[in-house]
Amino acid sequence: MSLTKGLYIHEARKHLDAGDFTAEELTRQTLDAISEIDPLINSYITVAQESAMAEARLADERIRKGEAGALTGIPLGLKDLILTKGIATTCASRMLENFVPPYNATVAEKLNAAGAVMTGKLNMDEFAMGSSSETSWFGPVKNPWNLSHIPGGSSGGSAAAVAAGLCLGSLGTDTGGSIRQPAAHCGVVGLKPTYGRVSRYGVVAFASSLDQVGPMARSVEDCAMLLQAIAGYDPKDSTSVNVAVPDYRSLLSRDLKGLTIGLPVEYHGAEGVKPEIRSAIGEAVRVLEACGAKTVEVRLPHMAYAVAAYYVVASSEASTNLARFDGIRYGYRTPEAANLLELYEKSRSEGFGEEVRRRILIGTYALSSGYYDAYYNKALKVRALIAKDFTDAFAGCDLIAAPVTPAPAFGLGEIVDDPLTMYLADIFTLSANLAGIPGMSVPCGFTEKGLPMGLQLLGKPFDEGSLLKAAYAYEKEAAWDRGLAAPAAGPDL
Amino acid sequence: MKISKEEILHVAGLARLHMEEGEMERMSTQLGTILAYVDTLKEVDTEGVAPMSHAVHLVNAMREDKVGEHLGVDLALSGTEEKEDGHFLVPKIVG
Repeated sequence: MSLTKGLYIHEARKHLDAGDFTAEELTRQTLDAISEIDPLINSYITVAQESAMAEARLADERIRKGEAGALTGIPLGLKDLILTKGIATTCASRMLENFVPPYNATVAEKLNAAGAVMTGKLNMDEFAMGSSSETSWFGPVKNPWNLSHIPGGSSGGSAAAVAAGLCLGSLGTDTGGSIRQPAAHCGVVGLKPTYGRVSRYGVVAFASSLDQVGPMARSVEDCAMLLQAIAGYDPKDSTSVNVAVPDYRSLLSRDLKGLTIGLPVEYHGAEGVKPEIRSAIGEAVRVLEACGAKTVEVRLPHMAYAVAAYYVVASSEASTNLARFDGIRYGYRTPEAANLLELYEKSRSEGFGEEVRRRILIGTYALSSGYYDAYYNKALKVRALIAKDFTDAFAGCDLIAAPVTPAPAFGLGEIVDDPLTMYLADIFTLSANLAGIPGMSVPCGFTEKGLPMGLQLLGKPFDEGSLLKAAYAYEKEAAWDRGLAAPAAGPDL
Repeated sequence: MKISKEEILHVAGLARLHMEEGEMERMSTQLGTILAYVDTLKEVDTEGVAPMSHAVHLVNAMREDKVGEHLGVDLALSGTEEKEDGHFLVPKIVG
């Protein structure tokens, strides 16, 4: 019997506590599934075989003693930019190919303390820059539903591994949609929390004012359990916000009476949205209404400028964050350099891939003398207007419903050489990062070709509870979750 | 829109990136396309709008001025192969 396929975290919890199987058995089967299936998908960069088994044995001990928490003994994977003490953390880059961190990220520490079993480090776009998981130094990730398609990015490995049953849940990061977009493309649930809700300490920075760590899982309830474990104030992160964390699972309900959902005219009428996506979102909104929610029209007038503002802000922050990779203190160092300047230039050019170099150049350009006001400062002002649009919209509703992506997962290699088209794939997700609000993707059906689609829900700051509640009601009513049990039996596997 | 070779070289120098000829050509076209798109921001009236650099309004994150945990020399040097006597090794800087 396969334990991992079709198993939810909340179900595994009951089975582990009842002694139906042990954490060691569950972990062994997960590791076996990884060796069998992952060569096709490439969702893992590092599989933590030995430490996972050791953690599983410890978890079994805790369970026997009756000291288990919600995640004790649950196999989880981490995006490979979350630092794990003693286990390689590569950011999917040649630059950090051999980097073994001397300390844990706060989120890794929290999962560890909860008794979770860390199965390994998940593949991604290099330094989280990309929307397809094709820019990894370790090769592209493939979509478990159709191996000739991308899984989305940059948390593509985190989404694909969960979809294929190669871990029961995972953590990703979302800078412009990097949790929500791959979740939609792989048919899993993904949540980007409010900026500041989850600690970024020990998470390799891409764009510090936009990055946020969040959970990915196969059901909304599982997602709530993961968020519960990682949310909360961390004095080690100076942007962490000290706001009380509610009991998320107790908020889940199938009744949405009293909840008002805003439908932005600009999102729902946007050009370029594929008809299949449009009709799936329309149907999902009807399901939310059937659960008792009221819908109203809202406006986000500056949405058309979000992509441009985002790429200036994100690239500028990336160019400064990535300045720390100098070839000296950690990471790749060129074997030959005549002087210090050559050491910097060669190490960085050989260590970073093309997309990363491109973004460093855009960011450096936008921040350089003579262009700072025209690009960076202008983008920050437009960012303020985008954030204000959300504040105004939320004056009349509790949540916003929208598509996650304009189209289902595209083919591998299809637009990898066309950066602007790739950037536009994030059009519905990145304004949430600019504004810092929480967003979520929940599976809402399949295209005719069998590729998953996602419904996006956006919420007020620190109101992840309402997102989870609405997503839970939708998931139960639409019952997509059961259909998502077996992607590894998809057409190409 | 195309960014000139000189501009690309200047920016690459600021960013401490080495540029091969072929890459320079490709980057100048791609950056030109991206920056032309970014120029749509000019359409937005931002008169009187304060720039927003961060999503949450935090005023300083202070802690007590007390010595806390730190990595220690060996761990701090654990990410590099090139080290000597507790220091990072770099190419000779002064003639």
